[in-house]
Amino acid sequence: MFVENCEQVTCRLFKSGAGEFIFSEVMDLKELLSGNEAIARGAYEAGVTVAAAYPGTPSTEILENFSRYPGVYAEWAPNEKVALEVGIGASLAGARTLVAMKHVGVNVAADPLLTFAYTGVNGGFVLVSADDPGMHSSQNEQDNRHYARFAKIPLLEPGDSQEAKEMVGLALDISEQFDTPVMLRTTTRVAHSQGLVEIGGRSPRELRPYKKDPQKYLMVPAFARLRRNALEKRLALLKEYAEKSPLNFIEWRDKSIGVITSGISYQYVREALPEASVLKLGMTNPLPEAVIRRFAAGVKRLIVVEELEPFIQDQVSAMGIAATGKGFIPNSGELDTGILARKFSEAGILKPPVKTAAEGSARPEAPAAPGRPPVMCPGCPHRGLFYALKKLKLTVTGDIGCYTLSGLPPLEAMDCCICMGASIGAAHGVSKANPAMSGSTVAVIGDSTFLHSGVTGLLNMVYNNGSGTVIILDNRTTAMTGHQHHPGTGSTLMGTAAPAVDLETLVQALGVKRVRVVNPLDLAKTQAVLREETTAGEPSVVISRCPCVLLTRAAKPAVRVEKDKCIGCKVCIQLGCPSISMQDRKALVDPVSCTGCGLCVQVCQEGALVKGGDADA
Amino acid sequence: MLKPVDILMVGVGGQGTILASKILARAALETGYDIKVSEIHGMAQRGGSVVTQVRLGEKVFSPLIPAGGADVVLAFEKLEGLRLMPFLKPDGAMIINEQEIPPVPVLVGAAEYPADIIEYIRSAARHVVAVDALAVAEKCGNVKAANVVLLGVMARRLPFAREVWERALAGCVPAKLLEVNKAAFAAGYEYKGI
Ligand SMILES: Cc1ncc(C[n+]2csc(CCOP(=O)(O)OP(=O)(O)O)c2C)c(N)n1
Repeated sequence: MFVENCEQVTCRLFKSGAGEFIFSEVMDLKELLSGNEAIARGAYEAGVTVAAAYPGTPSTEILENFSRYPGVYAEWAPNEKVALEVGIGASLAGARTLVAMKHVGVNVAADPLLTFAYTGVNGGFVLVSADDPGMHSSQNEQDNRHYARFAKIPLLEPGDSQEAKEMVGLALDISEQFDTPVMLRTTTRVAHSQGLVEIGGRSPRELRPYKKDPQKYLMVPAFARLRRNALEKRLALLKEYAEKSPLNFIEWRDKSIGVITSGISYQYVREALPEASVLKLGMTNPLPEAVIRRFAAGVKRLIVVEELEPFIQDQVSAMGIAATGKGFIPNSGELDTGILARKFSEAGILKPPVKTAAEGSARPEAPAAPGRPPVMCPGCPHRGLFYALKKLKLTVTGDIGCYTLSGLPPLEAMDCCICMGASIGAAHGVSKANPAMSGSTVAVIGDSTFLHSGVTGLLNMVYNNGSGTVIILDNRTTAMTGHQHHPGTGSTLMGTAAPAVDLETLVQALGVKRVRVVNPLDLAKTQAVLREETTAGEPSVVISRCPCVLLTRAAKPAVRVEKDKCIGCKVCIQLGCPSISMQDRKALVDPVSCTGCGLCVQVCQEGALVKGGDADA
Repeated sequence: MLKPVDILMVGVGGQGTILASKILARAALETGYDIKVSEIHGMAQRGGSVVTQVRLGEKVFSPLIPAGGADVVLAFEKLEGLRLMPFLKPDGAMIINEQEIPPVPVLVGAAEYPADIIEYIRSAARHVVAVDALAVAEKCGNVKAANVVLLGVMARRLPFAREVWERALAGCVPAKLLEVNKAAFAAGYEYKGI
C-alpha cells in the first residue's frame, strides 16, 4: 500500500500502530484509552490550561479526566453557552482552552460560537462536539459538522483514540496559526471506544500576551463588518492548508473503487472494502478540493461513506464530481462493517457477504427475548413524585434527566420532553392556549436542568401572569450523566467547596410567592401539596427534595413481604421498581437491591409490605 | 501472526462486565495484541443491558463486532445471552451464566421471561458452556466474584497463557480481594461444563 499525502508522508502521525506494533519497545508508552480520555490527554499534552463544559453523553468524561491532570483548571458551567463564553474569555486572556459538550449542547452555545468565529482567538481554542449517531442517549441525532460550516470554522474528525489525542494538539495549532476557534467532532463510538494511544509529555505554554483590540473583539456592526471580511480571507487560507495537511491522506490500493470517508466510518470502510483506495479526511471543513479532484480522477467509481448527513458528499457533488453514497448508505443511525458490506452488496458493488449461521437456516427459531429498557433505580426519589402525579392524573410537561424514564410504563406519567429547560415554557404555553388545562398541567424539571435553562422559563411564567405549577426535582446532583456537581451542590469539578444556590430564595427572587418543599418518598404529603398548589391559581414552585439514592447509598433494611396478607393485587408493581416482582401470585421483594425507601409500603392497602426491621404486626 | 479474536460481553448494569473487560484487555495487551474496546454508557447504566465489545488482532480497525462475527459471547445473564445469539459465529462459543434477572416488562407482567433459553442455545450454537456462576463464586467465598468465575471459564478458550491472565487479574483487582478473585478465576478456568 502506498500512503500519500500532500506535503510529506507522515505515516506515523495518523497511522501509528498500523501493523507495526512492536510490543516490547512501546509497551509502556501505550495506554488503552477511550476517545474521551485521549482528548483529555491531548489537551494536557498540548498545554491547555483552562477547560469548561456542561456534562452530556458522550462528552462528559473529557472534563472529568482533564480536571485530574496537574497544573490545569477545569469547571462545570451551568450550561453550554456559559461554558463556551468562559472558554472565549480564557482564550482572550491568552490560554490554550478546551470546551466540550454533547451535540445538542452546541445548539445552546450556538449564539456565542457564531460570533466567536468572527473575533477569532488569542490562546488556541478547541470546541469538542460529541455527536450521538444512533441516539444511544440523546433526544435527536443532529449532525454537528454543519455547525462548523455554518460558523465557517475548521472541523477535525478523529476516527479513533490515537487520532483524537493528536487532533486536539493539531486543532490548537491551527487555531493559533489561523486565529480561529476549531471544532473537533467526535461520535459516540469514538468517544466511548478504547484503543491504544501513545502517551507523550506536556509541552507547557506561556499565556499569550493580551492586547486590547476593539476592532477584533468588540463586535458592533462597524467592526463586525471588518471581521466578516477577515473570516472569508481566513477561510481561503484554511482551504490552502487543507490541501496540504497531513490530516487528509490518500491510501492507494485497487483503483476500481475509491472511497472518501472520515471519522469512525474509515474503520468500517477498511474492513468492509479492504482492497479499495481510500481518501481519509481528518479535516472536513473546509474540504481540500484539489485533493478530492485528484483522488476522484484516479479511481473508476467514487463513493462517499459517512455517518448521518451527506455532509462531504453534497459538497463533492457541488464541485461537479460524480459521487454516490447516500443513495444506498443510510443517513440515520450508526454505520458498521456489517451494514456497509450489506449495502455495498445490495448496490452490486461487492459480492454478497457469506451468510452467518444466524442469518442462515442452521439455527432453530429463537424464543422471543423481552426488552430490557432502562428504569429508575430501586429507591429513586423520582418514583414517588411521579407516582403522585399519576394518581392526580395531571398533564405533565417534561424535561430531560433520569426522571424522563417516568414517561415509560408502568408509570407513564410524563406527556412531553423536547430539550433541556423546555418544560416550564411548554406548561405556560399550554395554559395560555387552553385555560381549562391550566389547573391540571404541571412542569417537572431536574435541579441541574433548572439551573441549566429553567430559570428564564420560570421568570417568563411569572412575568406574563402565568399560574402554573413547576416541580423542581432536587436530587442534589446531575444524576443522568453520572453525578456531576452543579451550582446547587456545594462543590466544584476540581473538588473545592463552593456556595450552593438556595433554590427557594432563587425562585422567590423571580417573583414566585408560593414555594413548597416536599419529600417525594412521603406519598400522602406529596399528593396533598400537589393538589393544593395546582389549584392555587398563581405561579407556584414545589421543590421535591431527596438526594439521589446512588449518592447516599445509605440503604435502610429491605422491605419484607407478609405472604399471607398479600392478595396479589399488583399495586406495588405499578411503581415500576426493579426490586419488586410477582412469584406465585404474591409480591416478592429482592432483599439485595431493595433500599428500603418505603414507597411500596405506602401503596400497599393490605399491609402486606412491611418496612424491614419493623416487628411483625 | 496473532489470531484475531472478537468477544462480546453482555450483562445487566452492576454485574461487573467492566472489570472483566479490563482484565481481558490487560491480558491481551501483554500478549501483544492490538485492541479496541467499545462500551456504551448513558442510559445503559439505569438497569438496561450493558454490552462490551472487545476486538483483538494484529491491527484492529472497527471497534464493533458485526452480526455473526463474535468468536465468544460471554453472557452474565441468561436473557442477555439469548439476545446476543445473532452475533455469535456459527462455530463460536457461548459462555452463559444461569442467573436470571427479570427486566421490568417481565416484572410488571407485560412479557414473560423465556423458560427454555439454555435449551435453545444448546440447540443453536455449537459450543455452549452454561455455568451457575453465583454458586461457584459463593463457594469461593464471595458471590460478587461471579464475573471473575465467568472470565475464568472464557480464559481457557483464549490464546493467552494462564500466567498472563493471573498477572492481569492481580493488576485489576484491589489487593484485599485478590485471593477470592484468584480462587474464582481458577474455579472458572477449571470448570468442567459442556
Ligand atoms: C443541551 C443539553 N445538554 C446536556 C444534555 C445531557 N443531559 C441530559 S439530562 C441532563 C441533566 C440531568 O440532571 P437533572 O436535571 O438534575 O436530573 P437527574 O438526572 O439528576 O434526575 C444532562 C446533562 C442534554 N440532553 N442537552
